[in-house]
Amino acid sequence: MKNCEYQQIDPRALSVSPASAQNHAEKKEQRPVRKWEVFPGKNRFFCDGRIILARQSGVLPMTLGLIVVTCGLFFAFDCPFLVEHLTVFIPVIGVMLFGFVVVSLLRTSFTDPGILPRATPDEAADIEKQIDTSGSSTYRPPPRTKEILINQQVVKLKYCFTCKMFRPPRTSHCSLCDNCVERFDHHCPWVGNCVGKRNYRFFYSFIISLSFLTSFIFGCVVTHITLRCQAGKSLVQAIQQSPASVVEVVICFFSIWSILGLSGFHTYLVASNLTTNEDIKGSWSSKRGAEDSGNPYSHNSIITNCCATLCGPMPPSLIDRRGFLPSDQAIPSASEIELPPFVAKNDTHMCTQSTKDVLEMMVHASDFNSLCPAGTPKTAPLGLEASSAEPPSTEPSSPAGCSQHHTCQSVAASWPPFSKRSKRDSLHSINPAFRLASPSPPLSRTSMISGHEPEFGFIPPL
Amino acid sequence: MFSQTHSLQDMRQQAAVAAKVFIQRDYTNGTVCQFQTKFPSELETRIDKQQFEETVRTLNNLYAEAEKLGSQSYIEGCLACLTAYTIFLCMETHYEKVLKKIAKYIQEQNDKIYAPRGLLLTDPIERGLRVIEIAIFEDRSLTR
Repeated sequence: MKNCEYQQIDPRALSVSPASAQNHAEKKEQRPVRKWEVFPGKNRFFCDGRIILARQSGVLPMTLGLIVVTCGLFFAFDCPFLVEHLTVFIPVIGVMLFGFVVVSLLRTSFTDPGILPRATPDEAADIEKQIDTSGSSTYRPPPRTKEILINQQVVKLKYCFTCKMFRPPRTSHCSLCDNCVERFDHHCPWVGNCVGKRNYRFFYSFIISLSFLTSFIFGCVVTHITLRCQAGKSLVQAIQQSPASVVEVVICFFSIWSILGLSGFHTYLVASNLTTNEDIKGSWSSKRGAEDSGNPYSHNSIITNCCATLCGPMPPSLIDRRGFLPSDQAIPSASEIELPPFVAKNDTHMCTQSTKDVLEMMVHASDFNSLCPAGTPKTAPLGLEASSAEPPSTEPSSPAGCSQHHTCQSVAASWPPFSKRSKRDSLHSINPAFRLASPSPPLSRTSMISGHEPEFGFIPPL
Repeated sequence: MFSQTHSLQDMRQQAAVAAKVFIQRDYTNGTVCQFQTKFPSELETRIDKQQFEETVRTLNNLYAEAEKLGSQSYIEGCLACLTAYTIFLCMETHYEKVLKKIAKYIQEQNDKIYAPRGLLLTDPIERGLRVIEIAIFEDRSLTR
């Protein structure tokens, strides 16, 4: 049958009925997809998932450049003089410090800071069920919090609308990277990555070693100029003989203040087992009295705190970048690369940037209103059900609402043929073992919608 | 009959999941990885409360061992710092070794205790150490 386009049916894919999904299955099975390729956060991956960076690398090239240039000038212009007049250990120490600084910097930048993978749709549905005690299908607008007791102290856990889970204590959602990061400290543009549980020790060793390096170079350059002056020359003559020293002095002088300040601040944080985030927010400040609030995570001993933060066990990366997607999940990704992902997937959202951009453009083109809540992802799922009742009631926004509704409807109209097919595909192609046997269709659809990226929240439930 | 003749893989492919239970994390001792030992009501008909609590307690102990701040972890940390963290390229961390132990334990529990009762434990590491997911399969024996 040479004129027939259909490929031979694979017995393994018998559970997948539509022929198109089968074709995709055939193509996709030849190339197993690694999890980093479908990672929902705003990160970039290199070396097949071994290296992770934030989407905006910030000023990391500049940081590296400054360090390399300054050290290069130091080794080229100051070291020969100092080796001659002082000791050969100067460049040796310089090289060791430089090596340590660069390795710490690269490790901070390229390590997963402790990203929490997003909740699977089943988990998200389970949490929603537990929260939604009213029993109605409308979502409550105010942000959800849960209070727990940690070491006899009340701590509030916030619900993350992007990751669809209650954030563990000390976890925060980084808007630049669009990920929840454990023990979130801050997002450092100099390093081009978030600083969190897994790379805080690298960050700390980076700033400490950098303080030593800048102080060392500053000291050596000043010694160099002084020695030249002592040999009978004036300051200007000395500078003329070694102009690079001036550059180094200027760079080091300005960096020393900030780097030493930062090192001191982080040493204080390490000793009291705090994060920058907690310190800035004043979460554990003793305004109510020392007995009431205090850091519940502190071990109440400076040495133990330091050891725990810096020398504690190295937790593993939770996002498993280099793992392969199970073959039953690779199939939906094939169909969803061209189509918007309406349906539930087991762990990650397979949106492509182009689809997101198109929808974002649409949303920003029309007046921002509660009907299309894509601009505020945190309230999107909440606004969805409530907003479907709103447009008729609000008069001033009704023309905008109607036009938006029309836009949304037209988009919705174009999507349904694809959505039905992809929904059917993935319902069949997702391992039958995970098909929910009990929930009725409206509940399953609601749970699927709650598991989506907010950009698709405006599609009215059919 | 069903439990004796089918392996876990077969069960996953043939049985349909009736429900999923999620055992959440227990934060009363801080950010250490511990799971709640409260017995979920959906499992009442399937498994013994004692057995379930035993499993969760063993898992909690294993995770506590992984995150323990003892001399071994300090030595590992200091050694790593001195070698500019390059030692992690060739050596497996203590945490990773314990995670392998945990995976083996879960596999064992599934084979011996949970699969015969139509349940399946998912390793928490696959869910970002957030939950222990227990899949409850439809009880085919009742329909036959």
